[in-house]
Amino acid sequence: MTFKTALAGATLLATLSLASTSAFALTVGFSQIGSESGWRAAETTLTKQQAEQRGVDLKFADAQQKQENQIKALRSFIAQGVDAILIAPVVATGWDAVLKEAKEAEIPVVLLDRMVDSDKDLYLTAVGSDLVHEGKVAGDWLVAEVKDKSCNVVELQGTTGSSPAIDRKNGFEQALAGHDNLKIIRSQTGDFTRTKGKEVMESFLKAEDGGKNICALYAHNDDMAVGAIQAIKEAGLQPGKDILVVSIDAVPDIFLALAAGEANATVELTPNMAGPAFDALDAFFKDGTQPAKFIQTESKLYTQADDPKKIYEEKKGLGY
Amino acid sequence: MVQTPTHRAQSLEASAPLLHGLGITKAFPGALALDNVDFVLKAGEVHALLGENGAGKSTLIKCLTGVHRLDGGSILLDGSAIAPRSTQDAQDHGIGTVYQEVNLLPNLTVAENLYLGRQPTRFGVVDSRKMNRDASALLAQYDLHIDVTEDLGSYSVAIQQIIAIARAVDLSGKVLILDEPTASLDAHEVRLLFDVVRRLKARGLGIVFISHFLDQVFEISDTITVLRNGQKVGTCPTEGLGRLELVAMMLGRELEEETREHGKVHANTGPVQFSFKGFGRKGRIEPFDLEIRKGEAIGIAGLLGSGRTETAETLFGIHAADSGKAMIGTTEVSLPTPRSAVLEGFGFCPEDRKVDGIIADLSIRENIILALQALRGWTKPIPRKEQNAIADKYIKALDIRTTDREKPIGQLSGGNQQKAILARWLATHPRFLILDEPTRGIDVGAHAEIIRLIEELCDQGMSLLVISSELEELTVYSHRIIVVRDRKHVAELTGKEITTAAVVDAIAGNQPAAQERAQ
Amino acid sequence: MTRQTSLPGLRYAPQILTLLVVLGLSASLFPGFLNVEIANGRLYGSLIDILNRGAPVALLAIGMTLVIATKGIDLSVGAVMAICGAVAAATVTTTGSALQAVALALAVGLACGLWNGVLVAVAGIQPIIATLILMVAGRGIAQLITEGTILTFTNESLVFLGSGALLSMPTPILIWITAAALAMLLVRRTALGMLIEAIGINRRASTLSGVNSGILLVCVYMIAGLCAAVAGTIAAADIKGADANNAGLWLELDAILAVVIGGTSLLGGRFTLLGSMLGAMIIQSVNTSILISGFPPEFNLVIKALIIILILLIQSPALRARLKPVRRKQGQGETSILVKP
Repeated sequence: MTFKTALAGATLLATLSLASTSAFALTVGFSQIGSESGWRAAETTLTKQQAEQRGVDLKFADAQQKQENQIKALRSFIAQGVDAILIAPVVATGWDAVLKEAKEAEIPVVLLDRMVDSDKDLYLTAVGSDLVHEGKVAGDWLVAEVKDKSCNVVELQGTTGSSPAIDRKNGFEQALAGHDNLKIIRSQTGDFTRTKGKEVMESFLKAEDGGKNICALYAHNDDMAVGAIQAIKEAGLQPGKDILVVSIDAVPDIFLALAAGEANATVELTPNMAGPAFDALDAFFKDGTQPAKFIQTESKLYTQADDPKKIYEEKKGLGY
Repeated sequence: MVQTPTHRAQSLEASAPLLHGLGITKAFPGALALDNVDFVLKAGEVHALLGENGAGKSTLIKCLTGVHRLDGGSILLDGSAIAPRSTQDAQDHGIGTVYQEVNLLPNLTVAENLYLGRQPTRFGVVDSRKMNRDASALLAQYDLHIDVTEDLGSYSVAIQQIIAIARAVDLSGKVLILDEPTASLDAHEVRLLFDVVRRLKARGLGIVFISHFLDQVFEISDTITVLRNGQKVGTCPTEGLGRLELVAMMLGRELEEETREHGKVHANTGPVQFSFKGFGRKGRIEPFDLEIRKGEAIGIAGLLGSGRTETAETLFGIHAADSGKAMIGTTEVSLPTPRSAVLEGFGFCPEDRKVDGIIADLSIRENIILALQALRGWTKPIPRKEQNAIADKYIKALDIRTTDREKPIGQLSGGNQQKAILARWLATHPRFLILDEPTRGIDVGAHAEIIRLIEELCDQGMSLLVISSELEELTVYSHRIIVVRDRKHVAELTGKEITTAAVVDAIAGNQPAAQERAQ
Repeated sequence: MTRQTSLPGLRYAPQILTLLVVLGLSASLFPGFLNVEIANGRLYGSLIDILNRGAPVALLAIGMTLVIATKGIDLSVGAVMAICGAVAAATVTTTGSALQAVALALAVGLACGLWNGVLVAVAGIQPIIATLILMVAGRGIAQLITEGTILTFTNESLVFLGSGALLSMPTPILIWITAAALAMLLVRRTALGMLIEAIGINRRASTLSGVNSGILLVCVYMIAGLCAAVAGTIAAADIKGADANNAGLWLELDAILAVVIGGTSLLGGRFTLLGSMLGAMIIQSVNTSILISGFPPEFNLVIKALIIILILLIQSPALRARLKPVRRKQGQGETSILVKP
């Protein structure tokens, strides 16, 4: 399924459910962390869109990065007697009490994007991306792209010690395992930011013979890749050709780079966590189907061949 | 004053030395600070230690209290040799010190200050009730009945001083060293302090008393030791020692007549340069009228906190007037800030040099040109050559003793700092200069020089307003003396009216000597 | 510290020595470190990277030095960078004029400085608290301007400020060196420097001497705001986008560190802009060296902390006094004028 067909499918489903269940339109509470990043803003936008398409009455609460706000929001949802709760938890611990309250009120809770350290019985399911898998998709693409050529890879890690940095590094290394022609020669943190991505790439280029020794760049997020692309250009090399660029997230700006031939591939961390969540809730309410405890979203790969210009236009409005 | 039986004190006086410094020698790089000084303190004696700044008084105290190590000589306490390694160590031996700036913590209570580091405990926690009880009892010995649970900082400096003494005596109990204890006290407070000193003397303590105030030295001390240039000039009983003789010992030269009454008999009749009408500020100084003539020196007398400094601060725009008007010649001016006053040709040497005067880390040169530079504005820097010339000129003219104009001013002695602040204002060629306690805490030599300077400035046509606690001094150079009491200008003395007695009368509120000015 | 007693060269000896040691160590680990060549019409090499990447901290350190000299501190400069970068980006995307964008960004920087200065000088709030307000609120303001996204732009003139080169020298280097030179001229060719020091050592005494302390204080904070605005514009131009979340993040601390390494005391008073610039370059040399060393990133902060502790120890007066042959401190006041006849 491409992104577009996913949307179309969801719309179709929403129309169907609207027709069949209009007697009891679902009321769902959604406790969002905040809007600390473009991706988070896009997730909010898409959740609202999904709810609207499905005729769900969405009650939205922005926690502004505070757990106590989220707990308050959940309690208020329970008091209002919503049918279900979506929550993107700001931290992993400290949820037991409020989740129990929800369970006692027989309100199913779906976790979005992040996990909690509570008993699995306390929530219906969790929708999220597999970070290791994302890294593996990026790695697999590079392995297929370079074929048998020997290739020195430099890696821009996320913030040291953060779980996306650890998992995306692991996944990438798994993909490269057994392909001895590919070698990670330098790996340094770029803190997920453009500025640091650029600065660290500059040092990679200096250290590796002006970049002549580098065949590919793997960045843990698109922002660092965008910064690094500028560094590569300023060093007089062509990103996308002299140095292959693969990164993760699929934020709109990377599609501009893809369109310009300066980036080669990106793996999507979809902000549409709500779609699968609503699907699971629909099935659960219809005939009591218990969904799996973890619903993995698709980690879709985009390349220059996927009409990046058009995707950029589609994504631009999502609030990234 | 002495309330305990005197025979006890007398019997103790006859005894052997309590503290005996033998051939104390201390050298600093490039200078011998103490050269073979003998010092004998008996029990039940108040022993004044005198000398100009730099004579070695502080060094001697620091040697006796373990701040400095001796380079030669020895210290005997009760006949046995001691070698204190720190003030703490000296305290344990029985030698306590109280400095001019009280070294206690103003934000702790009186009781906590008294028992800091040795609070009585009960089950491992501080027993505040016992501590407060003990503190009250301790202070009662000094006739001091105050709430010991209040913060120390809420009491006057004099009370704090006595509390510091009480703590020191309680901790050590044999020798008490008072380093300039009266420098920031007014007459009444000095009396209070001296009562305490006399009590302790009667209890048999040996007390070392350092002060610049000769009157006080004569009043309280039994014995005087004079140091000069690191050497002992002599020790003699206070009784029978003449003032001139003493000053000569300190200076090593005959001082012309010290400063005794020979005031200005004729009122200044120059043109009125500055006039203030109904000038005042609520809560600080009641509205007053003041006319200042060209070349006139006006003295302001009054007790500490009576409104002397407040008058100066209002005139200089530090706490701007909220009533009345100020005229220069015939033009009305407003003085909302010190800067506006400076722009009008005012200058102000504050009472507290360290806090309000010097910029400690800047050089003497920079301190001297600061006001002139501020006057010209930051965009018009004074060229370095001119700065050097100005600094050198005043260092020479005011005899500021320094090896180098680039030395940080904080390293100068008090008197030289005071001269440098004066230089700062003289460099701006002010028309009106306010001096708040210009001679406080500086040695006799510098003292006389500053008084001479005040007279010279008047002769040059500068108008001066001088605040001083030293009435003899005021009567010498003032054309007029304004007496301040309870934040009001209450009396004005001119010409022949100016005598110390008349000023004292006015301060005390005795009507006849001066014309009360109804406000 | 007395300036006049040491030769100008000797005064910066610890800083220069430290810089040389850091560069020397990197060069021994990575032989090409000191190479500088012209590639793509601009100077190219790690040394150039240090000068270039050090631009924001160097610029911030200019303002920070003056603020610290007044016994203050400005914690908001990092956030002001983010605000001004956002303003520049927002302006250039709506008007298309780089000139307007820069002018507006600088004006906003000055306004931020004015705010801080008024809080400190007029309202009498402690500088650390007064500037904390903008430090906390600033990023929020920047995010409001960028609407939570990285606001990208392509205006060539604006981008030139961040990644262009003039006479083969990257523009940020030219900008910060010019700014530092101007600042040094400003404070030492006028009386500003001396008056700032006077305020920092004893504000009350300075005011009583007729120094316009309040206005000077406000001006100093405005200079700090202006420097932050320049740094913010460069940082945004460098990545062709305003990143409200990350632009200038924690750079206020690097700037303070640069000032301290440079030899200006946090207690105010005597300051040295040249020292602060050397300090900024030392910090950036350490950063660049760590990046090029190839150590795993987990060690970055540890290495940086160790190097900085070392630098500060080298410069510690107490330690130096211990290492020198015993020369007791001359007694103050009383003893210093006492010379035995």
